[in-house]
Amino acid sequence: MGHSAPKVVNPEGIAQEIAGLLGAMLVETVDHADELSFTIVREKLADAMLLLRDKAGYQQLMEVAGVDYPERPDRFEVCYHLLSVTRNHRVRVKVSTDEDMPVPTVTHIWPVAGWLEREVFDMYGVIFGGNTDLRRILTDYGFKGHPQRKDFPLTGYVELRYSEEDKRVVYEPVKLAQDFRSFDFMSPWEGAQYVLPGDEKAPQAPGAPSPAPAPPPPPAAPKGEPKADTPKTTDKPGVSGAGEPADSEANKKSEDKA
Amino acid sequence: MSDYLEKLDHVINADDPTLGDTEIQNYTINFGPQHPAAHGVLRLVMELDGEIVERCDPHVGLLHRGTEKLIEHKTYLQALPYFDRLDYCSPLGMEHSYVLAIEKLLNLEVPLRAQYLRVFFAELTRICNHMLNLGSHVMDVGAMTPNLWLFEIREDCLNFFERASGARMHSAYFRPGGVHQDVPLKLLTDIADWLDTRLPRLFEDAMSLVVDNRIFKQRNVDIAVVSKEDALKWGFSGPMIRGSGIPWDIRKAQPYDVYDRMEFDVPVGTNFDCYDRFMVRVEEVRQSVRIMKQCLSEMPEGPVASFDRKVVPPKRGEMKRSMEALIHHFKLYTEGFHVPAGEVYVATESPKGEFGVYLVADGSNKPYRCKIRPTAFSHLQAMDFMMKGHMLADTTAVLGAMDIVFGECDR
Repeated sequence: MGHSAPKVVNPEGIAQEIAGLLGAMLVETVDHADELSFTIVREKLADAMLLLRDKAGYQQLMEVAGVDYPERPDRFEVCYHLLSVTRNHRVRVKVSTDEDMPVPTVTHIWPVAGWLEREVFDMYGVIFGGNTDLRRILTDYGFKGHPQRKDFPLTGYVELRYSEEDKRVVYEPVKLAQDFRSFDFMSPWEGAQYVLPGDEKAPQAPGAPSPAPAPPPPPAAPKGEPKADTPKTTDKPGVSGAGEPADSEANKKSEDKA
Repeated sequence: MSDYLEKLDHVINADDPTLGDTEIQNYTINFGPQHPAAHGVLRLVMELDGEIVERCDPHVGLLHRGTEKLIEHKTYLQALPYFDRLDYCSPLGMEHSYVLAIEKLLNLEVPLRAQYLRVFFAELTRICNHMLNLGSHVMDVGAMTPNLWLFEIREDCLNFFERASGARMHSAYFRPGGVHQDVPLKLLTDIADWLDTRLPRLFEDAMSLVVDNRIFKQRNVDIAVVSKEDALKWGFSGPMIRGSGIPWDIRKAQPYDVYDRMEFDVPVGTNFDCYDRFMVRVEEVRQSVRIMKQCLSEMPEGPVASFDRKVVPPKRGEMKRSMEALIHHFKLYTEGFHVPAGEVYVATESPKGEFGVYLVADGSNKPYRCKIRPTAFSHLQAMDFMMKGHMLADTTAVLGAMDIVFGECDR
């Protein structure tokens, strides 16, 4: 039976139909988990979207999502989720870009794209060519940086508080009372990508590790009288009361009893 | 008066506006962020021509908490409670999309009872959400009493959530693979009683004050009419698109869980205005009651979560006897489960509309990307064109009919 997520049935031959419609604009088609993704040449995005809306019947743009893959040359992916209420079907259209290359806007096709593109711009710094209102939307007035990028720290760079002296909200660099901790609970033998604690000392190939050299012995205690600030008080029998007098006293008692 | 007008007639000269008092400037006002009718922290910068709204620029993001960024740093299970805190008026509707997205990536089968429980509580959430929205909508346009009565119902709903999950609002009840725990039989019978007696009485009483009320109609009928084409272009969903006459409901069109077994009607608007949106929600409450009653009569016995121990943690009793269960429990609550690489977009019919989760997994125990598709975002964006040419006082009616919650809009 499988999962119980919304059942979207791909109409017969939909991938071929859209591939034929888009022609050379199409870069790649992925069919994963019953969802179709079409990667489009970035410059042709607006043309492709117009075809999808008018010829293929995808009337609604539901979502524009940015994704950051820092290891790729075109690090950002912009994913458009289209919905057809007449065919009862969803497709995903993707383009990739980097920090500088603008993605053609689709605001003239769907006015709803205005804010969705603003959000991707705000979060990732992707530029949408032709969007006349590319302001920040979710972050603070005067915010710097693009917080959803993978290289943006979770804690951010600035924090704000109300200053009683200045009678206003002031911005300051983030001060963490405790270092930012990111625990990795991944199984060490199931694809963890980091060096296990202690392994950094053994750079040779894994499999036959030679035993690490024994740590140097702790420095020997200095000879002579140990120096202490407060001398011990019960070192000698005479001081503690232990020894011959106490022993004889104890023996005497036991003799009396016997 | 007539001689004044006559005098004015001679004075007005379009070429020289300094003559007479005809020079009028639009002025800009700031609505919110602290305004009782802004439904949270909405700032509207409005340009007014007299009392007519010429332009309306909503400023959102005042409640932005970086939920999507935080989710990228949490395991799949740890990220679940963030969804309660998105739309805090209908928390289970948000969880529903997220758990279904995970299950779709894992291709995990959910036991039937769990699916029924999810649908049951999702519909209770819808009632709970609509009580708040309908109540605040009528309060925004001037009525006080219905809101108080509807809050009685909402309070009942929250008590039911508490009895099911332990929390009144942030339930974290839906889990990947099922629901967190089974509900006692007494809770189900109590809800059945409530559906039969208390809910219809309170709800219909409150609605009888509103739906035919002259003042309420004057404030809502023919306000912010949105045509079908506009509703599609602006990405409307949920009661907003149905209020515009398009019978689109994801529960019907792309059924998830056991919605394909449920019998319910999809109400649509005929006049496409704020009053229609209100009435669509009113009817949805009645349909939710229908769905909940069907759930109660059909719900089978059985497990409430999948037995896939690599995803669903074992129960406490099992852990006391089985070493294997103890290990699974430890691994699931430290490392969490791994989701195979892939990406899905799962959208469900939340009480406010299409709530989608675009989940990108990279095979590790944390989501690589979790994009949340809020309903309010696209609805609020349409505010500008919906408000154009309306009076300033209509702002509250339009906002109320949109059903916006900023936890979800700003994420």
